[in-house]
Amino acid sequence: MSKQVIVNALISAVTFLVLAGWLLGISMQAEPGGVQLVFAEPSHLHWLWGGMAAVFFGQLFFPSQVDKLRHVAQAKKQRFKLPAMDRKGSNLVACFVLAGAIIWPFMVSRGSVDLATLTLIYVMLGLGLNVVVGLAGLLDLGYVGFYAVGAYSYALLAAEGWGFWTCLPIAGAMAALFGFLLGFPVLRLRGDYLAIVTLGFGEIIRLLLNNLTELTGGPNGISGIAKPTLFGLEFNRKLKDGGFDTFHNFFDISYNSQYKVIFLYLMALLLVVLTIIVINRLLRMPIGRAWEALREDEIACRSLGLSPTVVKLSAFTIGAAFAGFAGSFFAARQGFISPESFTFIESAIILAIVVLGGMGSQIGVILAAIMMTVLPELAREFNEYRMLMFGLMMVFMMIWRPQGLLPMSRPHMQLKQEA
Amino acid sequence: MSLLLDVTGLTMRFGGLLAVDKVALRLHEKEVVSVIGPNGAGKTTVFNCLTGFYQPTSGQIVYRGEHLEGMKGHLIARKGIVRTFQHVRLFKDMTVVENLLVAQHRHLDTNFFSGLLNTKRFRKSERSALEFAKYWLDKVGLTEFANRKAGNLAYGQQRRLEIARCMVTRPEILMLDEPAAGLNPRETEDLDRLILELRDQEDVSILLIEHDMKLVMGISDRIYVVNQGCPLADGTPEQVRNNPEVIKAYLGEF
Repeated sequence: MSKQVIVNALISAVTFLVLAGWLLGISMQAEPGGVQLVFAEPSHLHWLWGGMAAVFFGQLFFPSQVDKLRHVAQAKKQRFKLPAMDRKGSNLVACFVLAGAIIWPFMVSRGSVDLATLTLIYVMLGLGLNVVVGLAGLLDLGYVGFYAVGAYSYALLAAEGWGFWTCLPIAGAMAALFGFLLGFPVLRLRGDYLAIVTLGFGEIIRLLLNNLTELTGGPNGISGIAKPTLFGLEFNRKLKDGGFDTFHNFFDISYNSQYKVIFLYLMALLLVVLTIIVINRLLRMPIGRAWEALREDEIACRSLGLSPTVVKLSAFTIGAAFAGFAGSFFAARQGFISPESFTFIESAIILAIVVLGGMGSQIGVILAAIMMTVLPELAREFNEYRMLMFGLMMVFMMIWRPQGLLPMSRPHMQLKQEA
Repeated sequence: MSLLLDVTGLTMRFGGLLAVDKVALRLHEKEVVSVIGPNGAGKTTVFNCLTGFYQPTSGQIVYRGEHLEGMKGHLIARKGIVRTFQHVRLFKDMTVVENLLVAQHRHLDTNFFSGLLNTKRFRKSERSALEFAKYWLDKVGLTEFANRKAGNLAYGQQRRLEIARCMVTRPEILMLDEPAAGLNPRETEDLDRLILELRDQEDVSILLIEHDMKLVMGISDRIYVVNQGCPLADGTPEQVRNNPEVIKAYLGEF
């Protein structure tokens, strides 16, 4: 029996004690003057020691068995089968998660749904930036610029009386156009230089919004942006001029402000699902592979006949389009936008989401977006120390897991097994 | 045998440095032609000029009657002239198959919407690309590593993958920049066999830079010797081996 096995077994046993100790070893008792923590009954403690011993001896004698099982599992995986690139099992899991996400807002408070909607916006932004930074490897620090373009496109068009669903593709296209335009001057730049130029670009957009007072309202922003409607049904208490009908009136139910929040949440969910599907397809398309190839080695790309110009521009354009969608939804949800909402810190947070999640990994980005929006909210009590904790968390993440929460897994291409 | 590539008076100047001086080179169909010379002689610079990575200062590069000088690198590659690199340049974080799929980019259905909607045509084009990748993986003996990350392969395997990656672009001219560097004698023999197989079965012409004289002398139809940017000699392996100037400048006395 090697020394390592014993050490492993000891570590496992101690881990068990720490984890189970909280649950079994300590109990709370209500006493006059507050809740007291006391050590649990001896009978509980027996279980604790027993479990520890089981874990210790299990690890001591059976690690080889566990290893063998793992080998068997791997040997099975390595066989080539018919070419099939989609995995059925993960589709099922995705369906369950989606169903949960749809039912969820009907069971929780208004504040939680609102926070979830914000989270979904960041998920969308993270996924979009993931195309540019994670896949194509182009460090973009001005991503919030495209977000702003999308938001202002919707705000200005909505003021002209255009509906949300018409504006959404237009806002996306506007942002994509800006992405395309930014792409040209930065084609020759890489790494740090690219980051600085994109940073400048984001600031230019913000300053323009701040100073084009006639068009954008300057620092006062644009308020009273029309909310999205469900096939023309509004979610306000009273019908606005020229509206079709209100939601509660049409279905003959009493007015509840919760409906609007849930509607916005479900819309954001729809947009996120569409984003995930589109990016998933892109990853399996030649253009997605070309982005990754460009990140890996630009010179090799050129030597194989891929045009770096086209590949880079397409990454910038498509990434920006998603920011545009997110922006127009953001404007619709807030009802008010100003240049304040599009400062550099937003770009930094979106970039942090991508890096924390694991470059190129979609699930990772989604998890990171949830973490980055929900954690600061949970830590509201430590108000002053919030950013400090945030920063510490990032530093530790980068030390312990520089590849991100869930690094990207390569698609497993299955080739035909030869008889 | 018709003339494929005709290079005349190729000159490349970096500021005051004359890296390549009036080099001439001819490559016929189904030929293996080697360029040899001491380190720093400008062999790789010639390659870089031919593949559009550098714009030559002067000279003419004619490929099937078409002038290539001044053309961008990726366009030259699309015409059927591809190269490997002195230091392996694979897409290291991508799998072996993905490397081969990226290389087939321009033969695939790249229409945005057919990919997005996963149409029948798109699936068919992806499937045929996978099959072609499989064909080449079998040829270079890397099938069992198909889903391994390219960066995790052994050095010799990476070399072979780079050649396979060039071949899936369906080139007419394959330019190999020191393909045997870092290979052990057995791997070099395999490479020798692979190059001849490419010429005889796949109908590609090969332009080779190499220092391994055994390999070069064994498989080349003709050899060009370059020294300090200038052409020194050319001819069959036999002629070059016995040329006193080449012996003095590069080969040394045996």
